Amino acid sequence: MMTSFLFRTLDAKAGVFIAILLAVIVAVPCFNLLVPETSSFHLPTYAVTLMGKYMTYALLALSVDLVWGFCGILSLGHGAFFALGGYAMGMYLMRQIGTRGVYGDPILPDFMVFLNWKELPWYWYGFDMFWFAAIMVMLVPGVLAFVFGWFAFRSRVTGVYLSIITQALTYALLLAFFRNDMGFGGNNGLTDFKDILGFDVQADTTRAGLFATSGLAVLICFLICRAITKSKLGKVLVAVRDAESRTRFLGYRVEHYKLFVWTISAMMAGIAGALYVPQVGIINPGEFAPANSIETVIWVAVGGRGTLVGAVIGAILVNFAKTWFTAALPDLWLFALGGLFVAVTLFLPKGIIGIAGDLMKKRKSTPSKETNDTSGPSATKTPDPEPAE
Amino acid sequence: MGREFWAGDGFLAILCTGPRNEGGVNVESRWFMSFFKSFLVLICLTFGFASVAAAQEDIESLRPLVNALAKGKFKETEKQIGALAATGNSAVAPALEALGDGDLYARKSDGVVFIAKKAGKGYALTDPLTLEDAGEVGRRAVSKIKVNNGLRRVIRSALGSLTLQSADPEVRKTAAEAIFKAKDPDGIEALDGALAKETDDGVRLVMEQARAAAVLASDMSLEVKTAAIEVLETMGNRDALSVIVGVQNASEGELKQVADDAVRRIKKNLAMWDNAQNIWYGLSLGSVLLLAAIGLAITFGVMGVINMAHGEMVMIGAYVTFVVQEIIRSSAPWLFEYSLLIALPLAFIVSGSIGIAIERGIIRWLYGRPLETLLATWGLSLMLQQAVRSIFGPTNQEVGNPDWMSGAFELGQLTITYNRMWIIVFSLLVFAGLMLVLKKTPFGLFTRAVTQNRRMAASMGIRTPWIDAFTFGLGSGIAGIAGVALSQIDNVSPNLGQGYIIDSFMVVVFGGVGNLWGTLVGAMTLGVVNKFLEPYAGAVLGKIFVLVFIILFIQKRPRGLFALKGRAVES
Repeated sequence: MMTSFLFRTLDAKAGVFIAILLAVIVAVPCFNLLVPETSSFHLPTYAVTLMGKYMTYALLALSVDLVWGFCGILSLGHGAFFALGGYAMGMYLMRQIGTRGVYGDPILPDFMVFLNWKELPWYWYGFDMFWFAAIMVMLVPGVLAFVFGWFAFRSRVTGVYLSIITQALTYALLLAFFRNDMGFGGNNGLTDFKDILGFDVQADTTRAGLFATSGLAVLICFLICRAITKSKLGKVLVAVRDAESRTRFLGYRVEHYKLFVWTISAMMAGIAGALYVPQVGIINPGEFAPANSIETVIWVAVGGRGTLVGAVIGAILVNFAKTWFTAALPDLWLFALGGLFVAVTLFLPKGIIGIAGDLMKKRKSTPSKETNDTSGPSATKTPDPEPAE
Repeated sequence: MGREFWAGDGFLAILCTGPRNEGGVNVESRWFMSFFKSFLVLICLTFGFASVAAAQEDIESLRPLVNALAKGKFKETEKQIGALAATGNSAVAPALEALGDGDLYARKSDGVVFIAKKAGKGYALTDPLTLEDAGEVGRRAVSKIKVNNGLRRVIRSALGSLTLQSADPEVRKTAAEAIFKAKDPDGIEALDGALAKETDDGVRLVMEQARAAAVLASDMSLEVKTAAIEVLETMGNRDALSVIVGVQNASEGELKQVADDAVRRIKKNLAMWDNAQNIWYGLSLGSVLLLAAIGLAITFGVMGVINMAHGEMVMIGAYVTFVVQEIIRSSAPWLFEYSLLIALPLAFIVSGSIGIAIERGIIRWLYGRPLETLLATWGLSLMLQQAVRSIFGPTNQEVGNPDWMSGAFELGQLTITYNRMWIIVFSLLVFAGLMLVLKKTPFGLFTRAVTQNRRMAASMGIRTPWIDAFTFGLGSGIAGIAGVALSQIDNVSPNLGQGYIIDSFMVVVFGGVGNLWGTLVGAMTLGVVNKFLEPYAGAVLGKIFVLVFIILFIQKRPRGLFALKGRAVES
């Protein structure tokens, strides 16, 4: 029943997207593993890892789009959920190192031996089991988001205030994780991983597998987001975004809707972080930096807020540009990124997807006459209240 | 790839937010103790030099006494030391010092005494009184004047009394402090002698305290010791406490009782001073927060514009200071003392013009869309940072403190550094000036009119777009002059602004948006709370607590401590 519901909500555009995504998920590992290295079609492993990283960013962007694009909650702290998921996975990977660490302690990770800790802190228990870590990857960000959202939405903290306190949240976590006493490796974070589920994290096959998993995660989360936004619940969310008070007056418990979608989104971000860590091989407190979370928002804005597909495309495009820029013209990257922020907000409020939609519409409507098609699809329309004063 | 780069960036920003230039007092006192002896020697030497010219006659009359040091056994030497000290002439200090160090030698041929240092195979001789070079001699031509520990003590107290009666009050004071540190009962006699002649009240006090410390270390009678404890109690600092605690542990009966009481009272007193110090540090941190946030209180609080590039305005102000100082260094060094005063208006103009340009170029298209404004100004902040990084390089720039900004003075048990004090004063001045502009000038009137009711203001003939631009420029300009002040206590680097942006928003939101008094109270409260948490939780955890507290506070009062009421709020 659930699957039929999922597929009923798919239209042609989403179908195309899913088809492309599936093709990439299959093709990339094939070109890496099956095509011999001498062939010009061979995809080097580092490229697979890079694309796997983009996939996790796409998932993070998807989670931000779900709350920002459809519910109007601009989170500047989604990096915190991402990093928490990453730390949960990192703790599992640390426990897998076992006696292969520098100090060879069978239980304690290296940094704890270094800090002269005698036994494992209680919150590290259970992370030697994958299923436990996998639950924690979703549970920890989920619980944090639930508690935070429960307080924030009930007291009707909205708009800019919410953005600022989400930023304060991730900043506080950043400071906390920098402390060595926290037991998460302090400044250096968790790194030097060996195995995941018994497979060597450095091996080509594992890398390809992680890429495919990340791609599948994006696909599944895309379908979930799609199901949420196309349902009646999704309609209420859009109503909350466009006129929160009015929705409340109509009898909807706005805070419950917000809390639900906020928690789901945080769990998705946690999964993204968990898939990110084994691919880049490190998780450190820098992932909590508020700048990272704000950057994520711009991926969504570039692709097109409130379109889901746009978030994925935006994340991949911006990060591809970043990889290219930081290698070719490192000094110009921040100019480019900053300019992107300004240009997108000023000239592309609907993002790439919005522009593409407008162009297609124009082509269709040119035979008749110049229509006033300035209003985009309802999902991409930004709330446009009168000036604040 | 690039993400790791961000990580480092963020960490730097964190480091920059921490308070600086506080404490260092303890270190100083430890330094003082361990190096004191060599310092004393230095003073003696300089005094030797100073009096050489003036008292050439005296010096020659001293020579027989110095030469007598070489004669006889320890007993006779001790007598001679006493005789030298009795002259009260500080010119003999180098000779005594050398004697204590075992560097005083007698020439075998004529018994004349020299300070000798090993040089190659022989010794380089120095005249002990004039300190002139006296050539070199072979190893066998001189013989060392032997000293033992008893003699060394005699020498020390002789030196002490020599300096205690020096002409310079500073030297007398340092000598008395040395005796306090050493708690040497042998110094009592010298101190009594010096006290009888002392005219400077400040030095007399130090001498009395030193005497008290020495008395407590001696085996004098109970009454004398009780009086000494009283003297130390009025002193009331940690040094006095440690002396009395020493007595407390070593003694019994009535004296212990007296010491117990004194310790209890001193501890209470010290706790009070500790609180005062926390408040002072808190106000100091609060003034930094106020400076960083006050411009934001205008752009965000009054205009409702989320300016994420606010920190970069502060950073630009700091760089203006740097440039001004560079120009002054290279072309007009005598102006250095005034460099900050010159930088203030320049920083205001530069940051203000950039602010106006930003408002005209970007923000005015985004009014009514606060979240988009946030993103666009964040992008701007990245560009400004990178621009400064490209022009000046990514490293910290050296911004000097003028003389009137460096140093410290003591108030009771508090050490107050001048730069912190001036920044508190400056932040309050800026606040007062801003209030004045907003309440008493036509421009302020227009600004308030536009914020309260834009359309009505426009109907009355106010050019609202220009008021927007200039208000934004004012907020940015104030951020710029905040940068001048912060350049004195923080590292001037492209990341300077990043460290303040979150704190500034917290202050404005905590204090209440649209209310400048709220910003003042918010900044000072957060600063003081932070400093009071620090001893219990540590600097980082304290900051985390404050952040969590603000997050919870906003849940309770979403519009801050001093919320605006009325129609303007709801729009």
